[in-house]
Amino acid sequence: MAGVAGGGGGGCSSSSSNDFQWCFSQVKGAIDEDVAEADIISTVEFNYSGDLLATGDKGGRVVIFQREQENKSRPHSRGEYNVYSTFQSHEPEFDYLKSLEIEEKINKIRWLPQQNAAHFLLSTNDKTIKLWKISERDKRAEGYNLKDEDGRLRDPFRITALRVPILKPMDLMVEASPRRIFANAHTYHINSISVNSDHETYLSADDLRINLWHLEITDRSFNIVDIKPANMEELTEVITAAEFHPHHCNVFVYSSSKGTIRLCDMRSSALCDRHSKFFEEPEDPSSRSFFSEIISSISDVKFSHSGRYMMTRDYLSVKVWDLNMENRPVETYQVHEYLRSKLCSLYENDCIFDKFECCWNGSDSAIMTGSYNNFFRMFDRNTRRDITLEASRESSKPRAILKPRKVCTGGKRKKDEISVDSLDFNKKILHTAWHPMENIIAVAATNNLYIFQDKIN
Amino acid sequence: MSAESPEPASAEEQKEMEDKVISPEKVEEAKLKARYPHLGQKPGGSDFLRKRLQKGQKYFDSGDYNMAKAKMKNKQLPTAAPDKTEVTGDHIPTPQDLPQRKPSLVASKLAG
Repeated sequence: MAGVAGGGGGGCSSSSSNDFQWCFSQVKGAIDEDVAEADIISTVEFNYSGDLLATGDKGGRVVIFQREQENKSRPHSRGEYNVYSTFQSHEPEFDYLKSLEIEEKINKIRWLPQQNAAHFLLSTNDKTIKLWKISERDKRAEGYNLKDEDGRLRDPFRITALRVPILKPMDLMVEASPRRIFANAHTYHINSISVNSDHETYLSADDLRINLWHLEITDRSFNIVDIKPANMEELTEVITAAEFHPHHCNVFVYSSSKGTIRLCDMRSSALCDRHSKFFEEPEDPSSRSFFSEIISSISDVKFSHSGRYMMTRDYLSVKVWDLNMENRPVETYQVHEYLRSKLCSLYENDCIFDKFECCWNGSDSAIMTGSYNNFFRMFDRNTRRDITLEASRESSKPRAILKPRKVCTGGKRKKDEISVDSLDFNKKILHTAWHPMENIIAVAATNNLYIFQDKIN
Repeated sequence: MSAESPEPASAEEQKEMEDKVISPEKVEEAKLKARYPHLGQKPGGSDFLRKRLQKGQKYFDSGDYNMAKAKMKNKQLPTAAPDKTEVTGDHIPTPQDLPQRKPSLVASKLAG
């Protein structure tokens, strides 16, 4: 297995996150300063094998990269991700009945496990989920009877002989086609989609409801969670993220804007308004402030690959929860605690509402999440070491090792440190992804996609 | 912390002082309340959530628009302010006022 920091018990030699060094591999996207809003990347996701990497943007477009196979004649390109397919997934719409503008921004992409030669993914905007089939075509039929080689219909009276068309090889063409459109099931804005381990169903969650779909059926979906109060004045929390358990197809979790997570079991009842487990960290009432609830709002929830743990991201920290323990997380990692004394300005410029995502590495030994100034953070769960790295064009030389970054909070700023007030809050890393098996990470920095690899890789 | 004070501080004052020393969050809260004294009493509650649920709401009434058009056949329709965020209120909204949402015909630069 690739060198993922293991550490841990049994007397084996402990390796730390210092054992791997992250190196720049590639960067995709334009360099120019003026970023068009449509180019802002809104989701990044590896498929199950890690060979494909999909991105979605605010302009409703999906770009899929494929990892190059080993090639002796071009040794350096091994492991490089190059464009495989790109298509317009969603377009802007206007709901005239509700006077509602529907953005084309791709909120989430989730891959389906591969079952045949084609690849399938679900992509969603605020209102509509689409199932896309991406398939390769490397043969073309030639010698049709009714039409010419350039497609023009032949005059039927001129056809005097019959022939059988033959398949000839052609340059590889990758086609994307929408196979299913799952629409009109969400009154509020979709924030999550999650494919079930049964490979037949998936869930979609909006601010107040979660629906269960069958991948084959587009005209019906089951509502499994509904937290809309009878009187909207009584609304106190919304659903912020939801995910199916990786192995138990009857279990899913959803997080809320109040910092709680509910685990639901679809075997216990059809409508899962009553949770099976309720995860919440007790709060010290004396430390409560105007900001407490806002910064406790969970922006992402992810099960570990093992299915034993889940991770939640709130504004300032990442927490790992043991599914068997509801009253507090087992691990808490501070992402950028120095922002606690800047909450007033972060509220004024709306940054306090930024939704950061988080991800696990393949072996669940490390977690990663983004921050501001194009910084992203990695935490090794075994050694408890953490590192801050930056996605920038300056450190973008091929195979250049990334230098750890440090934010200085106090008075004396050391060389190479950056002070909190110099951080660029417009450069936010909200979306990151970790290859399911190897130490390869994809980091979305506004309109650029950075790919970093472990040097040992 | 308040042990040195000559007068016995009230329990509340004492707690406030302790809070200022201990919690940067409370300091930030005080700053915010100073700038926006009318900020909602309920912290992080319904106001944010309602705003979140109403994202994307634009107001255009075709009835109003057509009535206004009929009334002011030859006159200019009052146009909206350059502010495109909300089209509602005093003037008659027109289709031109709504920000045009055209699909991206340009390919993503990630694929370039």
